Amino acid sequence: MTTLTLAKALNEGMRKAMEDDPKVLVMGEDVGKLGGVFRVTDGLQKDFGEQRVIDTPLAESGIIGTAIGLALRGYRPVCEIQFDGFVFPAADQIITQLAKMPLRSLGKLKLPVVVRIPCGGGIGAVEHHSESPEAYFTHTAGLRVVACSNPADGYTMIQQAIRCEDPVIFFEPKRRYWEKADVDTSAPADDWTPFDRARVVRPGADVTLLAYGPMVRTCLEAAAAAEEDGRSVEVVDLRSLNPLDIDLVAESVARTGRCAVVHEAPVFSGFGAEIAARLTERCFYNLEAPVLRVGGPSTPYPPSRLEDHYLPDLDRVLDAVDRLFAF
Amino acid sequence: MTTEPPRGAEAPPELVQLLTPEGERVEHPDYDIDLTPEEVRGLYRDLVLVRRVDLEAVALQRQGELGIWASLLGQEAAQIGSGRALAESDMVFPTYREHGVAWCRGVDPVNLLGLFRGVNHGGWDPAEHNFHLYTIVIGSQTLHAVGYAMGVQRDGAVGENGAATIAYFGDGATSQGDVNESFIWASVFNAPIVFFCQNNQWAISEPLEKQSRIPLYRRASGFGFPGVRVDGNDVFACLAVTRKALADARSGQGPMMIEAFTYRMGAHTTSDDPTRYRLADELEAWKLKDPIERVRAYMFKNRIADQDFFDAIDAEADELGRDVRKRCLELPDPEPLAIFDHVYAEPHRLMDEERAQFAAYLEGFEG
Ligand SMILES: Cc1ncc(C[n+]2csc(CCOP(=O)(O)OP(=O)(O)O)c2C)c(N)n1
Ligand SMILES: [Mg+2]
Repeated sequence: MTTLTLAKALNEGMRKAMEDDPKVLVMGEDVGKLGGVFRVTDGLQKDFGEQRVIDTPLAESGIIGTAIGLALRGYRPVCEIQFDGFVFPAADQIITQLAKMPLRSLGKLKLPVVVRIPCGGGIGAVEHHSESPEAYFTHTAGLRVVACSNPADGYTMIQQAIRCEDPVIFFEPKRRYWEKADVDTSAPADDWTPFDRARVVRPGADVTLLAYGPMVRTCLEAAAAAEEDGRSVEVVDLRSLNPLDIDLVAESVARTGRCAVVHEAPVFSGFGAEIAARLTERCFYNLEAPVLRVGGPSTPYPPSRLEDHYLPDLDRVLDAVDRLFAF
Repeated sequence: MTTEPPRGAEAPPELVQLLTPEGERVEHPDYDIDLTPEEVRGLYRDLVLVRRVDLEAVALQRQGELGIWASLLGQEAAQIGSGRALAESDMVFPTYREHGVAWCRGVDPVNLLGLFRGVNHGGWDPAEHNFHLYTIVIGSQTLHAVGYAMGVQRDGAVGENGAATIAYFGDGATSQGDVNESFIWASVFNAPIVFFCQNNQWAISEPLEKQSRIPLYRRASGFGFPGVRVDGNDVFACLAVTRKALADARSGQGPMMIEAFTYRMGAHTTSDDPTRYRLADELEAWKLKDPIERVRAYMFKNRIADQDFFDAIDAEADELGRDVRKRCLELPDPEPLAIFDHVYAEPHRLMDEERAQFAAYLEGFEG
């Protein structure tokens, strides 16, 4: 066991993947000497050289487009998009090419490209640096979409994403980059939870909170607070959004009878809507209350002085728990 | 990898300069400028004041009053020179670092601070100042600028009483698809636009070689319009070259690209640590090319100003710094319900619903 921040765990995971497979490349803006603006690629260029850790021109469409070409030539590019709000110049390459090219080839082509995106708010940033664009990508068939929430998962999930033969959109909760936890870097990969599986991170009996990325910790804190009021809250870290581990989720909700989905992204047409709909289908007769969604308002991300109001916090989650019981 | 200079990069680029770093006036065959002492003093004042505002903003960030700040240190001449070349009816599309141009357009510096403090996303009236909002997504604004210029063209505002549009962007931005598309559109439609690229040598940690193997101004010719490289630390040259380019655009001669060759003296933003990727020598070399010192030296030598003048400007700068700081600290935090304002121009059911829900939620805490 070693204690790592999420940023360092991701870094170690990429390092391991690069050691294991010479075809793994890291590419993006400022990922080389600087080690990325969040230092997630720190030291990789020094150790693996400029051929494998590439400071790209400032062009996101170019990053993903050339990553596709590199993948066609047998490489496994891990692309860093500097901030969530800057993935959109690459949206065309991701949605029309990366997601669909394997299908067009009737499976002859594989595109093992990982697109790492630091996501979410809470760091007091200016516009376009705090977005949660996951639903755009979960809506795009052909992409796997995952979100890590803690260092241990960061370490394993990035390696699983790199090994995966499908393109993976990999969300990293930027405000959790500096949070530390124990990481077992010696456990064999066969023992890791598959990266398309959800996980119960806190068992409970009365209500299920579903979250991913930055909101997992918020939900854990809410669960601890709710316990003081005598409520037993189960927290599920979804980890993978597409595919969604609906069996695990439905099992939990069927048991507790109450569920809230919590994400930073706007509620309207957000990922929570998909879960709510599915749970209505799967658990209708077990539900004591409608599935609630806790998320950002359906507005653009506000200036940072308002972000504490925008982002779901302990109080907003507890409020949802209250409403679930009051129904 | 090869250490040879890339093909196409051999010919030394010609730099338009009218004032040397030592403060000597020099001639250039294509560009000249005839400034009255009053105008020179005005430029000097602008340079000093915008540097002072910038310093104050850096200090405010350090003290936790701004979330972040993108310093213009070192780029004052490029911004004041080009900014003072603008006519009132010309339109500006800035990045996030154009504090000096904003100054020339009469945008209150406190408005700029509001964005970096996180109380708004800009919020000034672009039409009032003919100065568009700051754009953070690299390169996007260059296409807006071309479209705006196409509108100017369709309004018939090209020719005698024409108006020009100017798009600002950085060296890194030249790699973006949007910027290259904006060159194509400008060229094909012969839009009345000036592309003003501040090549400050760095895009965060990436030096220019990561974006281009030819000098940036030479890109223009491939798109079908002229490009010129100007000493971006020479306010006279920046003024002269931009004036000419704007005049050409206004009169219907189409686009032009200006590469202002300058240097980002500070960090990329206050969140950045440049010691991780660049050497102090480079900074030292550029210090000798300071945009303000050379004007000061020129003014001294030519008796355009005396010590009293310089002292008075310094005092004015200090006063401005104090004033900007005071008004920055007084900026009120927006009301929580402001999150729902201005998302749509027309009434919108979902906004109304969520606003009401959120208001009720907030009231729950007061009870
Ligand atoms: C589309 C997009 N990608 C990435 C970023 C992050 N970013 C902000 S500034 C910057 C470098 C810009 O360099 P340059 O164009 O030279 O302008 P400078 O900051 O040097 O003035 C980057 C990569 C962004 N703002 N927008
Ligand atoms: Mg630059």
